[in-house]
Amino acid sequence: MAFREVLGVYKDLDTAVAATDAFADAGFTREDFDVLTNAPYPEGAFGEDPGRHRLFMFPLIGAASGFAVGLLITAGTQLAYPLVTYGMPLLSIPPMIVIMYEGTMLGALIFTVLGVLFESRLPRLRLGVYDKRITYGSIGILARVPADRIDDAEKALRSVEHENIVSENDNGDVISENEYEPRGAQA
Amino acid sequence: MQERHPLKGEAITKELLRPLNQTPMIFWVAVIILGGILTAFAFAVGWMFYWGLGTTGLNTPIFWGFMITNFVFWIGISHAGVMISAILRLTQAEWRRPVTRAAEVMTIFSLLTAMLFPFLHTGRPWRTVYWVFPYDFDRGIWPDPRGPLVWDPAAVFTYLTGSTLFLYTTLIPDMALLRDRSTGWRKTLYTILALGWRGNERQWKLQLVAGILLSALILPVFVSVHSIVSWDFAVSLIPVWHASIFAPYFVIGAVHSGVSAVITLMALMRWLFGFHNYLREEHFDSIGRLLVVVATGWMWFFVLDIIFAMFTRDPRELVVMEQRIFEWPYAMLLAFVFVFAYIIPVPVWMFQRFRRNIKIMFWTSLMVNVGMWAERYWLILPGLERKFEFTFMWSWYRPSIVELTLVFGSFALVTFLLLLFSKIFPPVAVWEEMEGVNFAQDIQVGKRTVHATIREE
Repeated sequence: MAFREVLGVYKDLDTAVAATDAFADAGFTREDFDVLTNAPYPEGAFGEDPGRHRLFMFPLIGAASGFAVGLLITAGTQLAYPLVTYGMPLLSIPPMIVIMYEGTMLGALIFTVLGVLFESRLPRLRLGVYDKRITYGSIGILARVPADRIDDAEKALRSVEHENIVSENDNGDVISENEYEPRGAQA
Repeated sequence: MQERHPLKGEAITKELLRPLNQTPMIFWVAVIILGGILTAFAFAVGWMFYWGLGTTGLNTPIFWGFMITNFVFWIGISHAGVMISAILRLTQAEWRRPVTRAAEVMTIFSLLTAMLFPFLHTGRPWRTVYWVFPYDFDRGIWPDPRGPLVWDPAAVFTYLTGSTLFLYTTLIPDMALLRDRSTGWRKTLYTILALGWRGNERQWKLQLVAGILLSALILPVFVSVHSIVSWDFAVSLIPVWHASIFAPYFVIGAVHSGVSAVITLMALMRWLFGFHNYLREEHFDSIGRLLVVVATGWMWFFVLDIIFAMFTRDPRELVVMEQRIFEWPYAMLLAFVFVFAYIIPVPVWMFQRFRRNIKIMFWTSLMVNVGMWAERYWLILPGLERKFEFTFMWSWYRPSIVELTLVFGSFALVTFLLLLFSKIFPPVAVWEEMEGVNFAQDIQVGKRTVHATIREE
């Protein structure tokens, strides 16, 4: 089923929450909308938890990979070119632990960041339905609903006092009702 | 009680983005001065490469001098940045918000500067590429993982990669903020770095989880890095270096100098960018209290290192220790270290009114780092200035003008990079400050209104 997005932009928390209520009254569920903000809000401010993630798996996979690479480098080096010292065992364990430890941590760190990006669905090449006002402090309620119900969703979002409504047409072009041209604070 | 700044919403954003939009005259003065020092630095490096290491004071058997001292010092400075950021995130300390970004950036720039010095110290740094990469399968020459000089780059590289990723992850929301309010090349840059961030609930949740997860991962790396740097010395057979206590001693020394450097940086940011509403007296007060504990811990290990060396009753240890404690110039240096890194600053930090005085905190933190640089020199050099068995080598070390320039240049380099960063990226995390506002609450307790913060478990 084809899905389409429509975004309602609200100037404060109260109107945004009112929009989510109107959305629910129109027969949509919590899974049908997302909230866009410029900073985190306490969990539950816009309803229940938006979903599970598997971020905790990534550092484990990374750590295992890093450990394996560390083992390969240290053991491989010493076995491939043996340097027998005082008749001691060829594999010198304490130095191997140092390199393997660093490899493990490096793998865990890299995979954690990859996990954050993957689970956050980043990078996103096209911003799509979006409004700059969000980073200026407004709150966006982004509805993602089946194409045949997009008009109902837009109606619900419009039923509350809003700053802008951004939608996409059948060709995927983004249409903004009220383009924002902020003054000041230009970087 | 958490003190609270009076600003909200867009006013916070505008104030925190001010360094990107406005350039005070003092910024250009600083750039010109730092540019001059960096030119001298580049000239000194070129001179040393052209004429060789003979232009330095290094000579058999003293191969480690100012450059390695500087390496250890900057590695130390790099430690507190991420440590402060990670510990404060893990404990959800509310006052972390204005401190973390600057601390993380300082870590990266001081690590980069630190890494420069072992390369310069080789005299022919371009050769290090084919000493190490790729592994030489044809001639059977492999870096030996049993040597600490292989552990060291592994640890530092891990720390640099981890710190950079840590910083970048927390920068993404601010990149989106800047993407939406910039034009030209800046817009292109921020659009690329923002990766299409929209700020939905899932992204914010993962951002917060990532902050805690990365903090938990980076802390063990932070401890390992300076431990491994200390093993560069401790696994050798040089008297006074060959000490089992070196790893924790180096780590606590790094924290002492690094946390002090964070205070110096905070004071400079407050004065330069006018961040009075964010870098408040309470922050200096809190870090000052932390420093009293850290400095005393460092002093404990400092004394233990001396006691342990004497406890061995090894004649070589005793000779070098006697030289370090009683003979010119090291006796003077020891007194200097004590006075600058402990005796003056710690009693000052015991008083709240001094901890809340930004100027006093600035000067005492600067003093600590002068003392800690001297401490590294005091630790490294005397062990080498002695007659070596079998080779009967003996020499004194006198740093040359080239090495002095390199040391001053390294300070200029870190400062310059920090200034450059502040012109392109927000030196205080805007979204974290906004989060603080969203999580803040005023609670009525009887007739009083008390500031409180929502904390999520």
